[in-house]
Amino acid sequence: MKSDITFGQYVEGDSLIHRLDPRIKIIASFLYIVVIFLAKSASAFLLLTLSAVFFVLLTRIPPRMILRAMKPLLFIILFTAIINLFFMTGEHLLVQLGFIKIYREGIVNACLIVLRILLLIVATSVFLTYTTTPIALTDALEQLLAPLKKLHVPVHEFSMMMTIALRFIPTLIDETQKIINAQTARGADFTSGSLIQRGRALVPILIPLFISAFRRADELATAMECRCYTGGEGRTRMNTLHSEPKDWVFLCSIVLLGAAVVLLNRFLPLMTIQL
Amino acid sequence: MDIIKAEHLSFTYPGDEDTKPVQALKDVSFSIPEGSFTAVLGHNGSGKSTLAKLLCMIALPDSGRLWIAGREMTADDTTEEDILAARREVGMVFQNPDNQIVATIVEEDVAFGCENLGIPPKEIRRRVDEALAAVGMSEYARHPSYNLSGGQKQRVAIAGVIAMRRRCIIFDESTAMLDPMGRREVMDIIERLNREEGITVLIITHHMNEAARADRILVMNGGRIFADGTPAEVFGNPLRMWEAGLDVPQTTELCWKLRADGLDVPLDVFDADECARILAEKIGGRR
Repeated sequence: MKSDITFGQYVEGDSLIHRLDPRIKIIASFLYIVVIFLAKSASAFLLLTLSAVFFVLLTRIPPRMILRAMKPLLFIILFTAIINLFFMTGEHLLVQLGFIKIYREGIVNACLIVLRILLLIVATSVFLTYTTTPIALTDALEQLLAPLKKLHVPVHEFSMMMTIALRFIPTLIDETQKIINAQTARGADFTSGSLIQRGRALVPILIPLFISAFRRADELATAMECRCYTGGEGRTRMNTLHSEPKDWVFLCSIVLLGAAVVLLNRFLPLMTIQL
Repeated sequence: MDIIKAEHLSFTYPGDEDTKPVQALKDVSFSIPEGSFTAVLGHNGSGKSTLAKLLCMIALPDSGRLWIAGREMTADDTTEEDILAARREVGMVFQNPDNQIVATIVEEDVAFGCENLGIPPKEIRRRVDEALAAVGMSEYARHPSYNLSGGQKQRVAIAGVIAMRRRCIIFDESTAMLDPMGRREVMDIIERLNREEGITVLIITHHMNEAARADRILVMNGGRIFADGTPAEVFGNPLRMWEAGLDVPQTTELCWKLRADGLDVPLDVFDADECARILAEKIGGRR
């Protein structure tokens, strides 16, 4: 239970995608998202869908779990589909029911835009959240954004904040449970009453939780100072990230995919999306 | 050479509208020789935690002088660099293991201090592996720290200090939140660091039996040093310890009462089994 929360949606594994350099994975997923938005024709979408299926198979994560990632976005997917279906106008009128007019272009657009959203979800979950631990992501982001330090962007500080936040999530969950137990033992009721009453019942949990979190923060800051922490300046890292040939091959394959999508848009423009 | 030297330290917690100022330390002077194993004993409010704060420079004394690793911390021209240099020599392990671990993964937390010092990655790797082996936590190197027991977490914290190669480690009630098992694990490691690695150890505690394992005990009471001597000397006078609101180890108390009844038993035996053996010998001898 606890590890689920700490590591977000990370699925333990040792596949090729799991082992890629997290920096490359971040860049690759950005590129892939750009490629998804470049795709306009049905042929390009077909290619992208095939590539997404291929990547999912590569991760060896059960497709069931990938589907689960789509669940929270179901509403947005349906909403976009309906908007496109009913409000898109075009040349080929298919059905007319009173004021509702459905055109062929509307159906094509609805399908392709839904496909686009699904591809976005699959891409980010396969490349990032499902196969990379938050710690690796934080480290990778710090290194990728390192040039911004010259512009006085506190990159190291943000990454340290992320690291500490991740570290303290399980600790604070434990603490919350203890406080709930303590308040329940004193007769507090968190499970009945109206929404407002339940919201009010949370106050005696939140106040001790905040007080304790501040106390912890204070002690941790002292401990960090005693361990000679003075910020990012002059700091080294034990685990430095290495990119290997396979990382670059992977990145190239995404670039090639992008090129193929552009070519398919140009030369096989079947049922293109209209925006 | 003395790694820590304090002369006439005083410290007062400033009061606010509701509370009066509290003088926590009054004219405290002592020195800790390099390689020694010292315990600071005292009941709550005796000033021992304030002393720990001064020694790791979380707070500065109101008056008096303090030297750490040969550098004066209380001079007018003491800079941040001096404090940082002193912290490279003197490390601290705190009471709550949860609030001193910075990274999620055990080995990354142990590396934290070394990373701050700017040590090259390969050297950090070597030191981290060594430090984890020294506290017997090698097999947990890649584990997240939140699944560990209190004693194990505290051992990770100690490994973090060892990896920085400090000459002196201060343990501020580091066993107070542990169960008896964890307490024993941690005390064994502390003792070994002193005896085998020659690291100067200062433990702040209110457990008599832990203090008895040190070479020297400083007893704090009412912000002053109340007694200073070997465990045998300090515990050899239980009346004085009781006066300070402290106990003596149960073995000492038993032997002291038996001595009052005219039985010739030593006062400096702090291990229960050892004490039982000696008593059995005495009684057997009478038969």
